[in-house]
Amino acid sequence: MSETTRSEFVLTRLIKAAGYSSILFIGLIFFFLLREGAPALVEIPLGSLVAARWYPIEGFFGLLPLIGGSIVVTIGATFVAVPLGLLTAIYIAEVAPRPARELLKPLVELLAGLPSVMLGFLGVVALAPYLRKLLDLPTGLAAFTGSLLLGGIAIPTVVSVAEDALDAVPRTYREAAKALGATKWQIIWRVTLPAARSGVLTAVMLGIGRVIGETMAVMMVTGNAPVVPTGLAALFRPIRTMTATIAAEMGEVAEGSVHYHALFLIGILLFLISLGINLLAASVVFRQRTRAERVLS
Amino acid sequence: MPRLAALLVPGLLIAGCVARQPGPASPDQTLVNKGSDTIVNLAIAWAEAYQQVAPEVSISVTGGGSGTGIAALINGTVDIANASRQLKPEEQAAAEANGISPVEFVVARDAIAIIVNPNNPVDRLTIGQLSDIYSGKLNNWSELGGLDRPIVRLSRETNSGTHVYFLEQVLRRGDRANKTLFSPDTLLLPSSEGITTEVRSNPNAIGYDGLGYVTPEVKVVAVASDPSGPFVRPSIESVINGQYPIARDLYMVTAGEPTGRVLAYLSWIMGPEAQRIVSELGFVPIS
Repeated sequence: MSETTRSEFVLTRLIKAAGYSSILFIGLIFFFLLREGAPALVEIPLGSLVAARWYPIEGFFGLLPLIGGSIVVTIGATFVAVPLGLLTAIYIAEVAPRPARELLKPLVELLAGLPSVMLGFLGVVALAPYLRKLLDLPTGLAAFTGSLLLGGIAIPTVVSVAEDALDAVPRTYREAAKALGATKWQIIWRVTLPAARSGVLTAVMLGIGRVIGETMAVMMVTGNAPVVPTGLAALFRPIRTMTATIAAEMGEVAEGSVHYHALFLIGILLFLISLGINLLAASVVFRQRTRAERVLS
Repeated sequence: MPRLAALLVPGLLIAGCVARQPGPASPDQTLVNKGSDTIVNLAIAWAEAYQQVAPEVSISVTGGGSGTGIAALINGTVDIANASRQLKPEEQAAAEANGISPVEFVVARDAIAIIVNPNNPVDRLTIGQLSDIYSGKLNNWSELGGLDRPIVRLSRETNSGTHVYFLEQVLRRGDRANKTLFSPDTLLLPSSEGITTEVRSNPNAIGYDGLGYVTPEVKVVAVASDPSGPFVRPSIESVINGQYPIARDLYMVTAGEPTGRVLAYLSWIMGPEAQRIVSELGFVPIS
């Protein structure tokens, strides 16, 4: 008896510690980023940070081109990954016959396991030259190429999570709709998707998170030119993302230099952006749940 | 590749030792060599050949860029840093702050080749034109006697010694007061291979690379210091006789005057056998 309670006590504490450890890790990471990055705010005047030129070896630390580059690529990739990913998820969960479904699900998950450096290599050798000729661009190493690749990288994440959410919608919902005479399309659009909305939204947010944090593929195909993107044309020009900047320059900086602190400041920005996306997702999911509760009660 | 891996594996083991016991003076017969990507192939070839001369010494060679190698030397994790440029004053100061006085040795010379796509009719450029291209004043090949196509500027990343050399000697033409910068839309590619790949497939592109990295699939442009000429293509001869204008020294840097196995290795590198390897790899020997 006391043996059982003791082991139960230990197990409970262990699980609790594991649960809280992720909070601890996030806290430590943020503390470290803050300690290494905050000095940049003192060393570099704010006016120089909010400037259009990033050329650290001559002391230009304008972050606008990097932030803009990340935003352009992320928006582009979202337009690729979300529609394609959601449609794939709907097909797998709602439409596909059982054999197709059992083939597609593991294949999509296999796609998620592809190393991004491999996709980046394909992007440089095949996709970039092809897009340059197809769209008559000055160079195929552009934000658009990065968006397509990153979209491809994010699709498995979106499909996997969204499909699980759709699958979790009780069969009775669909049967009830069918009994009322709804067509297949009406069931998907009016019943299943709204019922799975929070899960689908999580899928989209996770996909965006995957895109904004991706480094290797984006560094290989976007050309890394720190240009401030202006307008739609920027999608077809080279850009430089925050992640690629950190990856390309971190190996070389002297520890404790202004450049080093500036790179960590970019890290803080990335951290805050991911945090913002997650908070946004959480708040929407939360609002959805309360409304559902209100309806049910 | 297997031989490269064999050279790198001892490197990993050494990295472990160094982390425990800082300072390049490790008592065993190992040599850690890191830095410039321009020199890395040459350094690997030297390290392999040196196995015949002194089998008891194991040398680990890694790239990463001149800045990376010098930073490692300052932090005391390598015996020899490879650099395609001299130390910057701030690196010198950082080294002295760590109690290290770096010594530079010229171990080979290198020409920076200007490369374009084989379909690009432009085959000669002056340094002034190159400066105008890379600083963004010239934006169409038709301004240089080529086709009506946009110019796509390719460069190495800023941690590359080649990038810094190109900035100082070509964009600024060696003038320290000149503050010309690369045009912001210059593509910064992480490797020499990245530049070659893009130039090979893109008729709009112009890039620069160490002569040792030039492949037959790209076109090397003849370069002149001023418009009156002569326009010279980079080669071992044109670098030795001083005609090719964009040539530079390649360095190995040690922490303090070299002694023991570092000294032995460096003396061998200056010798005829190692310098023959230099010309075999498309670099220019020092003697």
